[in-house]
Amino acid sequence: MSRVFTIEKYSREFLIDLLKKMILIRRFEEKAGQMYGLQKIGGFCHLYIGQEAVAVGSIAALDLSEDYVLTTYRDHGHALACGMDPKVLMAELYGKITGCSKGKGGSMHLFDVENHMYGGHGIVGSHIPLATGVALKLKYKGEAGVVACYFGDGAIHQGSFHESLNMAKIWDLPIVYICENNQYGMGTNYERISSVRDFYKMGRSYGIPGKQVDGMNVLEVYEEMLQAVRIARESGLSSFLEIKTYRYRGHSMSDPAKYRTREELDEYRQQDPILLFKDALIEYGIISEDDYKAMDNECKVISNNAAEFAEMSEEPGLETLYEDVLA
Amino acid sequence: MPIITYRDALREAMDEEMARDENVILLGEEVAEYNGAYKVSQGLWDKYGSGRVIDTPITEEGFTGVGIGAAMAGLRPIVEWMTVNFSIMALDQVINNAAKMRYMSGGQFNVPIVFRGPNGPAEYLAAQHSQALQTLFVHIPGLKVVAPATPYDAKGLLKSAIRDDNPVIFLEGELMYQWKGEVPDGEYLIPIGKADIKREGEDVTIVTYSKPLRVVEEAAAELAKRGIEAEIVDLRSLRPLDEETIYRSVKKTNRCVVVDESWPMVSVASHVGWMVSRNCFDDLDAPVELVTSEDVPMPYNHRLELAVQPSVEKVIKAVQKVMYLV
Repeated sequence: MSRVFTIEKYSREFLIDLLKKMILIRRFEEKAGQMYGLQKIGGFCHLYIGQEAVAVGSIAALDLSEDYVLTTYRDHGHALACGMDPKVLMAELYGKITGCSKGKGGSMHLFDVENHMYGGHGIVGSHIPLATGVALKLKYKGEAGVVACYFGDGAIHQGSFHESLNMAKIWDLPIVYICENNQYGMGTNYERISSVRDFYKMGRSYGIPGKQVDGMNVLEVYEEMLQAVRIARESGLSSFLEIKTYRYRGHSMSDPAKYRTREELDEYRQQDPILLFKDALIEYGIISEDDYKAMDNECKVISNNAAEFAEMSEEPGLETLYEDVLA
Repeated sequence: MPIITYRDALREAMDEEMARDENVILLGEEVAEYNGAYKVSQGLWDKYGSGRVIDTPITEEGFTGVGIGAAMAGLRPIVEWMTVNFSIMALDQVINNAAKMRYMSGGQFNVPIVFRGPNGPAEYLAAQHSQALQTLFVHIPGLKVVAPATPYDAKGLLKSAIRDDNPVIFLEGELMYQWKGEVPDGEYLIPIGKADIKREGEDVTIVTYSKPLRVVEEAAAELAKRGIEAEIVDLRSLRPLDEETIYRSVKKTNRCVVVDESWPMVSVASHVGWMVSRNCFDDLDAPVELVTSEDVPMPYNHRLELAVQPSVEKVIKAVQKVMYLV
């Protein structure tokens, strides 16, 4: 697949910021995977490696002072793209009191109420109505914001998805539904379990326009999201983006991903969203290879520091057990 | 004092709270233009309009979740389930989202929402539309559950539930909507978590809540004729549970019967029975007796469906048992 990066339309600062955020997610996730291997992180840990352009490109089109993000349990990338502190995130993965959810949420439940990162949700498709409800609040209060609701190809067959799109349409809610089609719902390729191959068409059943987007091209993601956000902001209408992407790692850390071939994985690695964008930026003279290496090193240091912070942080005390059950 | 129905008491509570706080909205099936399947929301759509009184499609999971999301973002929605039977479609939203959002976000989010609708057996509705499901909700940390039995309690508790910063399951009863009772003019609140002594007595404590209150009151009147004075503890709130009021009464009467129209296994009745047995052990003169619904799905046939539920006779028999009269 040949890709066009519309580099010339953007400022150097903006482009570098996109690249840096993607690298940070990659290095953060590698660190998380490594620490999981060392049993510093337990339970389910779903890495975002390969999908970085989706969160980074789309969240760059939001203004989080008025817009909102809700996503799935594969949420580290979105949290970082929303500007959450890598230290606080890693501490949450470690289950420490310094984590964003005080060690009670873990990898799947990252939240930042101030920055409108509304989770981090563990049940497939269950947060789609929540996101729709946040959009109802925006409409009811006459606020300018837009909701970005992320979910995977596995969630698209849940009733909650279909129920939500229907309500978003009848009430004209300012929300962008984003299906990150990484092609596998856990270990099952979507083509084996879906009567529809092109998910973007599913929005049309509810009168919601849909578009298929190349999730390996961060600028394409940004541009399509920008347009969807504009429609929501200016006309108060919903839209649906199917962003085609690929995860390099298993569904979670415990998944060896034997359901796909080495060739398939290698083919996608050739379309790595970070390397493609880096090459384009070098080609356009925005950065040099050395600049890239410096950025990469910086992100490795941030990730290492995050792990160190998490390591040094305290466990939550047993006295916190009954805290925050009720308001 | 004015006498109004349970239905009107609920409507007054919603009306007053909507007038008081523009963040309060009502959504559910048939709540707006149809004025509510059981007419609880009668007139609210006329008064507050489609933006605040919202008819939803028949998508319990979907609109329940929409309410929760709106609550996370600062509204105070009232979600009406046409009946609590249909809330089973929405249990994931209630249990996994509403009840857990605050805890799993480390206290970042409150979910100030009320889920309300008729619960418990009605008449001639058969197995899927006539069941008491409170146990499903009472089991879950992060929820509050209330089940008032009088118009007075219904109004005061609904207003408290709407103002509460936590998800509150508010259990009504199809057959209770027509019940009448005194409700004062003007503002009052009943705190969640406080039981109420509906009748004072020295000889036996009968703990109950929701619709069986009437059966228990009738049984108590009959028992009084026979020289037995029952004290009736109406729980009103099931979670949190007012243990203190229960124990105080049992310590006075030394005998306890729990009457609950849900099924016997792992129920509010069995929990209260266990707690009383454990915490009033030295005060009890007899083992605690439970009167629950029979452990079967609800049959359609009227004779059979009445036989399933707690009755005056069953309550009297249980009282006689704890008094060693049978």
